[in-house]
Amino acid sequence: MSVLKKLATSVALAGAMFGTPAFAQDDVRIAIVVKALGIGFFEAAAEGAEEAAAELGNVEIIYTGPTDTTAEGQIEVINALIAQQVDAIAISANDTDALVPALQRAMDRGITVISWDSGVAPEGRQLHLNPSSNPLIGNMIIKLAADHLPDGGEVALLSATTTSTNQNIWIDEMTAVMGDYPGIEVVATVYGDDLADKSYREATGLMQSYPDLDAIIAPTSVGIVAAAQAVVDAGKVGEVNVTGLGLPSEMAGAIESGASQSFAIWNPIDLGYSATMLAYELSQNDVEAMAGAEIPMGRMGSLTLDENNEGAMADPFVYDASNIDQFKSIF
Amino acid sequence: MMRFIPVRETILGSAILVLLLLVASRFAGFVAPSNLANVFNDTAPLIILALGQMVVILTRCIDLSVAANLALTGMAVAMINVAMPGLPIPVIIAIAIFLGAVMGTINGILVWKLAIPPIVVTLGTMTIFRGIIFLISDGKWVNSHEMSPAFTDFPRMVLLGLPVLSWAAIITIILFGIMMARTGFGRSIFAVGGNPHAAVYTGIDVGKTQFWAFVVSGALAGLTGYLWVSRFAVAYVDIAGGFELEVVAACVIGGISIAGGIGSVGGAVLGAIFLGVVKNALPVVNISPFWQLAISGSAILIAVAFNARAGRNKGRIILKEAEGAQ
Repeated sequence: MSVLKKLATSVALAGAMFGTPAFAQDDVRIAIVVKALGIGFFEAAAEGAEEAAAELGNVEIIYTGPTDTTAEGQIEVINALIAQQVDAIAISANDTDALVPALQRAMDRGITVISWDSGVAPEGRQLHLNPSSNPLIGNMIIKLAADHLPDGGEVALLSATTTSTNQNIWIDEMTAVMGDYPGIEVVATVYGDDLADKSYREATGLMQSYPDLDAIIAPTSVGIVAAAQAVVDAGKVGEVNVTGLGLPSEMAGAIESGASQSFAIWNPIDLGYSATMLAYELSQNDVEAMAGAEIPMGRMGSLTLDENNEGAMADPFVYDASNIDQFKSIF
Repeated sequence: MMRFIPVRETILGSAILVLLLLVASRFAGFVAPSNLANVFNDTAPLIILALGQMVVILTRCIDLSVAANLALTGMAVAMINVAMPGLPIPVIIAIAIFLGAVMGTINGILVWKLAIPPIVVTLGTMTIFRGIIFLISDGKWVNSHEMSPAFTDFPRMVLLGLPVLSWAAIITIILFGIMMARTGFGRSIFAVGGNPHAAVYTGIDVGKTQFWAFVVSGALAGLTGYLWVSRFAVAYVDIAGGFELEVVAACVIGGISIAGGIGSVGGAVLGAIFLGVVKNALPVVNISPFWQLAISGSAILIAVAFNARAGRNKGRIILKEAEGAQ
């Protein structure tokens, strides 16, 4: 171990002596490793990382990844980054376990390793940054509907299948915080099975069964799009607000038509920003990632780690008419 | 006299009426004329596909690739629309029907020339078509705001009180009614399914008839592909997933014999409408979603059981004297 460290130091020294331009600078070099290059979501995350770098001042971002979403490709990238002696690696992993040996090698050489978006097994990273958490999502989906119903009203849920784990957890979390939203009544929960036609039919059925319905909450990307189309076709734009979780590229039409006032999903820019801030803190400010630790991440507040050294960044980000054009081409 | 009143269609028609009354007792708004028109409109794709499937099943084959064909054609025309928003809708529809027919041709040739069992052929092409959607789309969606307004508005355009989507189904029904009863092709389909050996003796090429049945089914799936994608204003790999089974179910409920040779246009249409009513009624009668699947399945089984009973006295005694002698 110490031999390795010495070796690593001497290699770094040698590197510094023979000096590539990057080595000549004192910049902290943080590598943002993504699942694959050329994906809008990750390009946006890189934008956020650059924003963090500009804020921190002395940080150089190395945005890299394989050309296809494979673990092997990412291992090659990691090995190259180890050879370059970067200060930190922040990775969105293509495989939970396959990357662990390569990332452990990086950590053995003193490189800070964190995962974000798509996690690595705990032994292969110092911490993992989740975009959000189940309680935050559960709260957000009802908040989205309630924000447009100041006097209360009837809302209905359009979920995926009866057995979808994610959706069921989010709905349970939502039910747990219903007390915070007096006047909002959940009149029905229906299931569109993540099929456009069934979701459309269920949404149409909801509007017939509950003529006073004010909002349809669909925490699933197929459901929210289909429900928005059903509302448009039923001529109920303005009466029934469709909201929930969806992607900006898929929901742009629904925002434009007015069928959806707003919806939420993670913001890749914030995610890249936070990952960079965390990597910097761990690498430069001797912050230790352990259960219960609170690590600052600039404008995004701070990250609280649980027993698995995982933390949730923030509430899902809300998209509406004001920002949809900026994001619809990103992801 | 009795032969002018088709028994199976009457039973199925009454079953649909009873179903409507049952639903109306729980949710009166369901039987309002405007809602019934909506239900018919929602069922239109199923009706069109069921008619194509009927032709295939009548010739003792089955086409499991219809939903994948629909999805691939839908994705293709959606992508064409995004690339060339100015392309007129009739051209888009022609492309959709052509693409669908090409896929039907592939099924037909494999069944006709290579004599592979149709269920195997179409299981294979079903997966291949879905795979091709992934290849051409890269797994991405084509979304409503990317499609041109003309593309998404066409099936919603109201003519004489009904949307174009409904008219597409009505026109298909009329064309099939004429084709099955009045043309040589229609009669040869019944002949091929009813008794292939006899059909050969009368000079009908069994394989070729089956081939054309697949082409017809494919072309209709292609047409439905456009209608589907424009109606729901979204195209992605999994659209209409599992819909082929609903299409086959509509045919079976409509009294099309899986063994071939027996069936009618009216039966297939009523079978599709029966399923359409069930699918549209379940969300409004406030039944737990956990029960909905079981209810849908039971409705299919009951309808088929009825058909099996109705079909039992189909056996024809050709030697009356011999029967009397026993």
